[in-house]
Amino acid sequence: MATPRTSPEISGMGHSMKRKEDPRFIRGRGNYVDDIQLPGMLHMDIVRSPFAHAKIKSIDTSKALKVPGVLAVIDGPTLAKYNLHWMPTLMSDTQMVLPTDRVMYQAQEVCAVIATDRYAAADGVEAVEVDYEPLEPVIDAHKALLPSAPVLRTDKKGKTDNRIFHWEVGDKSATDKAFKDADVVVAQDMYIPRIHVASIETCGCVADFDRVTGKLTVYMTTQAPHAIRTVFALVAGHVGLSEEKIRIVSPDIGGGFGGKVPVYPGYVIATAASVVIGKPIKWVEDRMENLQADSFARDYHIHAELAARKDGTMTALRIKTLADHGYADAAANPSKFPAGLFSICTGSYDVKHAFAEVDGVYTNKPPGGIAYRCSFRVTEAVHCIERITDVLASELKMDPAALRMKNFIQPDKFPYKSALGWEYDSGNYGAALRKAMDIIGYEDLRKEQAEKRARGELMGIGISSFTEIVGAGPSKHFDILGIKMFDSCEIRVHPTGKAIARFGTKSQGQGHETTYAQIVAEELGIPASQVQVEEGDTDTAPYGLGTYASRSTPTAGAAGAMAARKIREKAKKLAAHLLECSPDDLVWEPGKFSVKGAPDRFKTIQDCAFAAYTNHPQGMEAGLEAVSYYDPPNLTFPFGSYICVVDIDRGTGMVKIRRFVAVDDCGNIINPMIVDGQIHGGLTMGMAPALLEEIQYDESGNIQGGSFMDYLVPTAMETPAWEVDKTVTPSPHHPFGAKGVGESATVGAPPAIANAVVDALAHLGVKHVEIPITPEKVWRILREKGVAE
Amino acid sequence: MATHRIELSVNGAKQSAEVPSRLLLVHLLRENLRLTGTHIGCDTTHCGACTVLLDGTPVKSCTVLAVQADGREVTTVEGLEKDGKLHPIQEGFWEKHGLQCGYCTPGMMLSGCALLARNKSPSEAEIREAISGNLCRCTGYVNIVKAIEYAAEKMRER
Repeated sequence: MATPRTSPEISGMGHSMKRKEDPRFIRGRGNYVDDIQLPGMLHMDIVRSPFAHAKIKSIDTSKALKVPGVLAVIDGPTLAKYNLHWMPTLMSDTQMVLPTDRVMYQAQEVCAVIATDRYAAADGVEAVEVDYEPLEPVIDAHKALLPSAPVLRTDKKGKTDNRIFHWEVGDKSATDKAFKDADVVVAQDMYIPRIHVASIETCGCVADFDRVTGKLTVYMTTQAPHAIRTVFALVAGHVGLSEEKIRIVSPDIGGGFGGKVPVYPGYVIATAASVVIGKPIKWVEDRMENLQADSFARDYHIHAELAARKDGTMTALRIKTLADHGYADAAANPSKFPAGLFSICTGSYDVKHAFAEVDGVYTNKPPGGIAYRCSFRVTEAVHCIERITDVLASELKMDPAALRMKNFIQPDKFPYKSALGWEYDSGNYGAALRKAMDIIGYEDLRKEQAEKRARGELMGIGISSFTEIVGAGPSKHFDILGIKMFDSCEIRVHPTGKAIARFGTKSQGQGHETTYAQIVAEELGIPASQVQVEEGDTDTAPYGLGTYASRSTPTAGAAGAMAARKIREKAKKLAAHLLECSPDDLVWEPGKFSVKGAPDRFKTIQDCAFAAYTNHPQGMEAGLEAVSYYDPPNLTFPFGSYICVVDIDRGTGMVKIRRFVAVDDCGNIINPMIVDGQIHGGLTMGMAPALLEEIQYDESGNIQGGSFMDYLVPTAMETPAWEVDKTVTPSPHHPFGAKGVGESATVGAPPAIANAVVDALAHLGVKHVEIPITPEKVWRILREKGVAE
Repeated sequence: MATHRIELSVNGAKQSAEVPSRLLLVHLLRENLRLTGTHIGCDTTHCGACTVLLDGTPVKSCTVLAVQADGREVTTVEGLEKDGKLHPIQEGFWEKHGLQCGYCTPGMMLSGCALLARNKSPSEAEIREAISGNLCRCTGYVNIVKAIEYAAEKMRER
């Protein structure tokens, strides 16, 4: 790691500064949405459908309204009076806020009870009587496209099937030809299961409409407060909500991971209720509502094929995917990318020809298609390429590390144009894999494996050499509902040389209050401890698209540097004025300008700040502040190589991760301690779907993973002691050479684990195991192969 | 609905309240006493965000009735800091980056405290077992383990 340019007192980039946000959290003084209590506040609870698909014959609220404390029940017809019973999704599809006649998934919102406290609201929910007539549900994504399948979205005029979109990318005919000419072709079906982010804080809001001022304030668990404000203004403009009178506040957020990007019906119902009743309304979902109704992630049925020459040179990749979106396309993707950035599926390899197609379908499941700590479908793409690479290695009887080394895009090829159209900014993939192999002792492990195999013991080594794609914009390609994906920072330097910096993003645990302060410290030399960072209040922060898809450092972080550089330019003029010299005669080092050749003659950034308010030159505006709306010229492409060693118990099928080495490259690092923390967490959220987590449905559409009883979030017991290291390949286009890192590990870890398990079983003829790799799945394989103990 | 007069000690201060039979301890703490550092993550005793100490034993306050705390001592995260000085476990979580979003942190620290009260030098495996009823989605537990080890060392020095 490079030596930091600034002292620990300034704590610019490269310092493992202790987090500025922690003093409140370790004292229990965070301010999460459920901690907010306003005078006269009422509580809302939601009645949900027990059926996956049913007609609503009647809703009887009479008993509920007699429950002490219950004030009102809001249903679809109530909202329909205001034309608020439907809302747009982030993908410009439509989704019900509350139904007027039909429910489309189990746990769908049916109506909402408003009461004086949360217990009364829950009593009210129990007392509402709904008469349903069950309809035939469509659960299997493959069957959804059969002509015999019932058409689900009858609300859409002229809709005759359940297809949402067909999307394709790449040169099909060139790819087909490369397949025809190939020495070797391997193919593999793989399912990337439906999972849920399950942030420990669920979703909720406090909606507070002030009838006197006409101002609506919504405290809300949202990763994108500014975009939410605009969406509220566009959707509810017809009932008189105007954007200058809407304030969205994201308070402290207890984990987001993509699950707090969408607008859920509960937010809208609570807001509508506050506007109608004129009192603050709190709605906080419980865990089962969170798992059963909020946006899911993944659910991709993939068929992948890889073509190669005999020597292992990959020549072409072809992928066909069926994407189950539930009853609405509520994916949180940029508008022009219905399958997100799935086209990163050629991965770290120099594959000349590729073609990918994705069909999105409607089923009777909750809507979604959000990222689970990944940048828009990148995890699906990485699992696909890293798994099929191992299938090819197995077919060619090549070592999977050697096959990867052979096919990596070489360092001198960057910027590299991929077959599916991306321009990778920088990379050194071989260095990262070699480093991981050295740390874990790859060659020795292979020897150990051979010895163990001879003794009948099951041990596997799995590699994943992933390439991520994060930091959307650029705005010429990326928007959400038409809002361009730039991000922003506004810095004000006070007369005494301290600063406040506000950003368009919103931390959910990433540590922005610390890392953003360090960026400003790096650029201006003002100690990070004296830079107050704020985000999440749309009344004060500049407009931005929010925090998800590892975009904060690539976009808002860059905006922070750019705004600081504008301030530095003005400070230079102030220093020249104070030193009575030309700005051209000044040299900068973090924190001060000095006269070239006369280092004793200098002015600090604090001197310049004071002068900006007390002694600025005539003709210059007073003050020292700047705003930057940063539109990145390209995405950033973090990467890494992970190696996992597993031991499998032949009696139980239990997979134990013995070691896991993660070598990440996210370019230049702001705070090494925080980056390591992001990777530890990301690895754990990568292991989760590889070994534990899945939301399944039975044939009637009943959810099988709807509580923490059966949706298995990793505890400290299953989680190994991750070993992390880095290589540093700066992004050439980012202002300080950084790339995003929050999600790399979630993206990279699952195939390393799956490849390790398959490797442990390879000598038994096993080519693939679907994730999550549960003990039961492994035990069934062991029994079938006759090696179970 | 029947109500009951209860008296309990919360972070060393006597509290009395008239509570409905079904009121959960976590709601008594959060809503009646406004001690919002104790969080709710699942309502079903799985996640541990609501962990508090009841007579020194960690319990999940989302499945303890307020009336069950009658006559007993409750410690919440707000009771860890004494005379403006952080508890070693708080120091540990800050020093070792043992938290990210902060939501599981209070419960995690209290489970750690209960462990250190009965085991001054826990092994990594013992720490992991002691916090296995507390879910964290952000940190991958690596630095939480280090934070508790840090606290153990600090407490042994005293």
